[in-house]
Amino acid sequence: MRLGRVVGTVVATRKSARLDGAKLLLVEAMTAGGVPSGPVTLAVDAAQAGVGDTVLLLLEGRAAGAALGRRAAPVDAAVVGIVDAIETGS
Amino acid sequence: MQLARIVGTVVATRKDDNLRGLKLLLVQPLAPDGRPSGRSLVGVDAVGAGVGETVFFVRGREASFPFLPRQVPTDATVVGSVDHWSAGAAGGRAPGEKQA
Repeated sequence: MRLGRVVGTVVATRKSARLDGAKLLLVEAMTAGGVPSGPVTLAVDAAQAGVGDTVLLLLEGRAAGAALGRRAAPVDAAVVGIVDAIETGS
Repeated sequence: MQLARIVGTVVATRKDDNLRGLKLLLVQPLAPDGRPSGRSLVGVDAVGAGVGETVFFVRGREASFPFLPRQVPTDATVVGSVDHWSAGAAGGRAPGEKQA
């Protein structure tokens, strides 16, 4: 997984049936220090996250589908947790 | 998945049988501010998207899932047509094709 920050939301009424009801978030990957690092990914929300939240970003299809709880969901990314704190160093 | 815009279509009469009857779209990934980001790619259409539409696509093995049980050989499939999106100061409304 990667650390990420939710930077936006996407509304798409016409989408693949197995995505119905899924909330879609735009998530920017970031380093532990909070520096943006990597493209912005569109992920299904499996943690009730909101814009501005620091989150756990899952970037693998099978696991993302499992996080959404739907068999054979056409997804390759999911937000699976909201981060409260990050501690680094000794 | 990735936010993107359909910038063209691809016609291929000689192709894998399991791609028959499916529309091939030229897809340009977008940054949240709507500007192109990264290389365009060819994706299979699963939602009836057309040129100019803002969409999102899925990559990898899951890209074949919308067509199951048929085994479609694709690593990128357009699985959503975007009505609007917000991203900080940026964001946008899908141009034109969504009448109120």
